[in-house]
Amino acid sequence: MKERARDQGGPGTLTDDLVIPEVDPSTLADEPLADLAARYHLRPSAARPTALAYARQLWERRHFILGFATARNVAMYTEARLGQLWQVLTPLLNAAVYYLIFGVILGTNRGVPNFLGFLITGIFIFNFTQRACITTARVMPDSLPLIRALPFPRACLPIGYVIIELEQLGMALIVLAAIVLSTGEPLTWYWLLAIPALLLQSVFNIGMGLFLARLGAGADDFSQLIPFLVRTWMYTSGVMYSIQTIGTLRHHPTISYLLQINPAAVFISLVRNAILKTQRVSAPGSKPFNARICDLYYHNSKLVNDSAYCHATITTSQLWIYGAAWAVVALVVGFLFFWEAETRYGRG
Amino acid sequence: MASGTVINDAETDSVNPDSPVPTVVVDDLHVVYRVYGAGGDKGTAATALMRVIKRQRRPSVREVHAIRGISFVVNHGDAIGIIGRNGSGKSTLLQAIAGLLPPEQGCVYSSGQAALLGVNAALLDDLTGERNVVLGCLAMGMTPQEVKDRFQSIVDFSGVGNFIDYPMRTYSSGMAQRLRFSIASAKNHEILMIDEALATGDANFRAKSHDRIVGLRKEAGTVFLVAHNLAEIEASCNRVIWLEKGKIMRQGYDVPAIVDAYLEATGGEPRKRDKPTDNEHGADA
Repeated sequence: MKERARDQGGPGTLTDDLVIPEVDPSTLADEPLADLAARYHLRPSAARPTALAYARQLWERRHFILGFATARNVAMYTEARLGQLWQVLTPLLNAAVYYLIFGVILGTNRGVPNFLGFLITGIFIFNFTQRACITTARVMPDSLPLIRALPFPRACLPIGYVIIELEQLGMALIVLAAIVLSTGEPLTWYWLLAIPALLLQSVFNIGMGLFLARLGAGADDFSQLIPFLVRTWMYTSGVMYSIQTIGTLRHHPTISYLLQINPAAVFISLVRNAILKTQRVSAPGSKPFNARICDLYYHNSKLVNDSAYCHATITTSQLWIYGAAWAVVALVVGFLFFWEAETRYGRG
Repeated sequence: MASGTVINDAETDSVNPDSPVPTVVVDDLHVVYRVYGAGGDKGTAATALMRVIKRQRRPSVREVHAIRGISFVVNHGDAIGIIGRNGSGKSTLLQAIAGLLPPEQGCVYSSGQAALLGVNAALLDDLTGERNVVLGCLAMGMTPQEVKDRFQSIVDFSGVGNFIDYPMRTYSSGMAQRLRFSIASAKNHEILMIDEALATGDANFRAKSHDRIVGLRKEAGTVFLVAHNLAEIEASCNRVIWLEKGKIMRQGYDVPAIVDAYLEATGGEPRKRDKPTDNEHGADA
């Protein structure tokens, strides 16, 4: 800024240098300033609260977090002519694209009954985590003016962004339910199990969002990299195929197991098991093991339900345990990691 | 950041009845912030690669050493005017005192959470004024009920009228500033910092907001005021700090003398005063 505007009512801004005098010691107290501050119980302005106090402050700002998320959500489409309709149109168009590619062009079922319902459930559930990753990695640089203007626990911002995605997911779920029902799945009490599964996923996303927000606050390179990492994650999480029954993993139970306990795969499987009856009846282990029928399944892609006679690499109750564990671990690690840098986010 | 120990009068007495009570102590403060996207690079992929190979720092990242070693003590009841040319670090200093910018070296101690009313108190531009009022109040830590109670008075004070239903990006800069000031001043603060918050308001609003600042000052106990309007400084402040390039050029309680020296050094017109200025609670401006 070489050219500066002339200030209103004040002196002009000149470029000549003024000689700055050394600090006059007589203006300061005799004792070290830190001691003076301590004597009057003054505390560093940029001090970080304890983790517990920080959590309590966050809880006190819960109205702000919710208000921030809702407001951002509303603002997201104000420039669009169709406005809030995009909240429904976006997931619908997403589903249409995948239907076109997998349902019409490829016409594959990849050994999975009701492949369309399976696929779209996977995509919508993964999309929640994916969007949370991408937006939270950018939240700190994007909110720098707000951070430099108002004091509040900074964790409000990534948490708010995850809540935005949760609100978006709400709309997507209505679309998802309609599609799943239209593919012939029955509406059962099992559907209620999707609620705890999505709650666990939300907690996991918050923890991961806090973690990524701090990484993204440091260097912009990271948020450039995130989309590629997330896409790799998608391809290894069984969004477009069933990890349990895919032929290539049949003789690699360890790899299959590791892929299945990755958090995205866990939450996707939990929701699929809740809302897709075809998944529940065809899940390996749901019928007594029968080597002959299982073998037939892998040689004839038409016998999609016979995967039920194979060995299960992981059971549904194990999935719930893994889901809960991932949520708790992510939340604790993410929270502590974010909190550790609390006073530095304003620096940019 | 919960509000810290409040030094009230009773406690003051127990320390020493005659000595002033410090509310803000700034101890050898240095603030550095980084600016991305500054010039100095051809900006091609090839030059970027060469830089990585040679392990050079990105030339487009510049460190701005905005505050270079400032120390001072502020006492309860002080109203400090901060003057200095553009880019001398006035706003940065306030942000550091408020704890919004972390110090690179040194420390700022304060008796509680300082509130900063700034021009850059950017709220969410694509939201309506109404939502900005609610969100701003919630961010300051009010409960939803308190927000509801004060909402109408905030809107009335700002005088934006029907525009409250419009997105804030459609506001004129004066309107946006008026609304921000109304939001920020809706709460009583122990330490209050005003950064040019009134520069673009119209005459009517400036008079209203001056009254409110005087009121807030009585409540707050310690006020910082950054303004290029030196009449405002002389009217409201009993002490002045003159910053130059991130250091203190001069500071003290003799406000008119320092203001005059500042004007002389920077080539402004000397201020005409009819009578000695009343530093305490002047009413002109």
